[in-house]
Amino acid sequence: MSEPVLILGATSAIARATAAAFAARGHDLYLASRDLEELRRIAADIHLRHGVEVRYGSFDAEATDTHAEFLQTVIAEMKGLSGVVLAFGYLGDQIAARDFSAGAKIIAANFTGAASILSHCANYFEPLQRGFIIGISSVAGDRGRQSNYVYGAAKGALSLYLQGLRNRLYSSGVRVITVKPGFVDTAMTYGLPGLFLVASPQVIGERIARAPGKSADVLYLPWFWRYIMLIIRHIPEPIFKRLKL
Amino acid sequence: MATLITPLSGWGRYPVQTCELERPERYADLRPAAASMIARGQGRSYGDAALNEGGRVLLTERVNRMLDFDAERGILRAEAGTTLAEILAVIVPRGWFLPVTPGTKFVSLGGCVAADVHGKNHHHDGSFGDHVVALELILADGSRVTCSPSERPELFRATVGGMGLTGIIGEVTLKLAPVQSAQMMVRHHAAGNLEQLFNLLEDPDSDDRYTVAWIDCLARGQQLGRGVAMCGHHAALEELPAGSGNAFSARPGRSRNVPFDFPAWVLNPLSIAAFNAFYFRHEGKKRQPFLTGYDAYFYPLDSIAQWNRMYGKRGFVQYQCVVPDAMAFEGIRALLMELSGSRRASFLAVLKRLGAQGGGMLSFPMAGYTLALDIPVRDNSLFALLNRLDEIVIRYGGRVYLAKDARLSADAFRAMYPRYGEFMEIKKSVDPQNRFSSSLSRRLGIGGNAR
Repeated sequence: MSEPVLILGATSAIARATAAAFAARGHDLYLASRDLEELRRIAADIHLRHGVEVRYGSFDAEATDTHAEFLQTVIAEMKGLSGVVLAFGYLGDQIAARDFSAGAKIIAANFTGAASILSHCANYFEPLQRGFIIGISSVAGDRGRQSNYVYGAAKGALSLYLQGLRNRLYSSGVRVITVKPGFVDTAMTYGLPGLFLVASPQVIGERIARAPGKSADVLYLPWFWRYIMLIIRHIPEPIFKRLKL
Repeated sequence: MATLITPLSGWGRYPVQTCELERPERYADLRPAAASMIARGQGRSYGDAALNEGGRVLLTERVNRMLDFDAERGILRAEAGTTLAEILAVIVPRGWFLPVTPGTKFVSLGGCVAADVHGKNHHHDGSFGDHVVALELILADGSRVTCSPSERPELFRATVGGMGLTGIIGEVTLKLAPVQSAQMMVRHHAAGNLEQLFNLLEDPDSDDRYTVAWIDCLARGQQLGRGVAMCGHHAALEELPAGSGNAFSARPGRSRNVPFDFPAWVLNPLSIAAFNAFYFRHEGKKRQPFLTGYDAYFYPLDSIAQWNRMYGKRGFVQYQCVVPDAMAFEGIRALLMELSGSRRASFLAVLKRLGAQGGGMLSFPMAGYTLALDIPVRDNSLFALLNRLDEIVIRYGGRVYLAKDARLSADAFRAMYPRYGEFMEIKKSVDPQNRFSSSLSRRLGIGGNAR
């Protein structure tokens, strides 16, 4: 089996674990991010552990004018793709709420860049009538909170975008899966106070690689976040606005 | 980079100290801190080697990529956070094994180099550092340098066994050993007392590539030092039963867990004596060679996750020392008599032969016999006993293993490690401000005055 999978933003802990889980299932990989030095290390490692072919190349989510050509190159190099995992994300700093120039970067990386590359991916898979697109969004996109609403808004927009894309591609047989991780033990959360039920990146990656073979469209990871967010989404706004969240 | 301030301990769970942890995920983020820092892999050193009270601890666990494997020549290059378990999973199916392995595979490559670990084959194959082809070291000034037996050889010999005090070990290139199967051919020999046990370990007929002896250290008088020598080698193809299929398939064993801290009374002289008597009879019976997987042979305790919790909340210390060949029998006997006289139970006691001393300036192994004891921490009289053991070790010209140590004094350290001065010259040349330091290095007065 080769059925290559493209991982966008492949240097994060979740992306690395996801790539390894796809490789363990025999998929060849194309790893993309800005950090070529890290990609070289991750690619060599996954190839040694799983024996699949792993290629890599530079990809900048914010440089949207390069996305069409980037995807063409990947498709040519891998002789086609069976799926794409959009794993890049940028948490930024809450200063972004008061300083729009910082906020703009969060929106550009998490939403604008994602919408750009996903549109090219969708156009590639649609006529093929097969394939999957997995977008890693966040539970932070389910409700705006004062502590990170710029990031939350960008991820929420991504969730909506994926929802629409799923609707569009349904008739072509292309799967679109939205993944919403809760707290995961990564560099993004390391040392943060107040975290609970923190999942390992390996558990998350394993679940993501399993998703194309399952029927769920929106995947909360771990599963109980579906219920935590169900409660949070249903707190009435007059109460929610008073909470320190 | 975000950090986490938390109480931390080594595998012995003694001592517990508050440290500031940093956990990089990118190779470029392996960088020295402005103040004191020590790298930590899997935290399997027993005492305070990978602790830095009030300072920075750099966790390398996520910098664990295997970068290059030449399956023809058996040469592997990997990042220092890679564990031996991860390496074995890749190399064994392709006919290679670790040239040297300690008693757990849940250790990092960087830790193996920094402690210059040894295995049951030290008397034939030397220590881990003897098989390291090259290292990439990140120095106090942030520069990355390669060192090897031929390139910057002094820095290499200060780093092998140097307890992480010369810099951050970033990458390790290792020469592997070829094997024909994943199985071990093992034979046990029982010995009724210490003299018989020494004879077994010295006798080329009973010795094998890997040889280790378990000692019942509660046995006294005539039976002092009774034990079982366990000798094995990687099974050759012709030693495998016909039709056994893939020689490299090793079924992963079931893993159990110690789910809670055992109460202090569980391990007492009576229960340990009963266990030892059972173990002696049971293991001593296996006189005929038998086949077993490499996991069961090398890593019996790895199948019980968190076995260190058996020793209870207060933790335990492992005391491992070596006594040089010339007076080894007398020295080991004196240590065992002191121990059994104290009626303090050691759950696990292991005796091994060590071969010639290697190049590492602070490396533990030297030609002689090494004794390792696990002793639960119950009260402070334990430390008085261990100080008496130190005196015996020094009297016989031996030393204590720093990777296991939590309590050695600075004076005893200097008496045991005569190449300390040589080490300090290199250390000062690459780390003049003593940025790489640990709770262990401060306790032993390495790079400064002892506390």
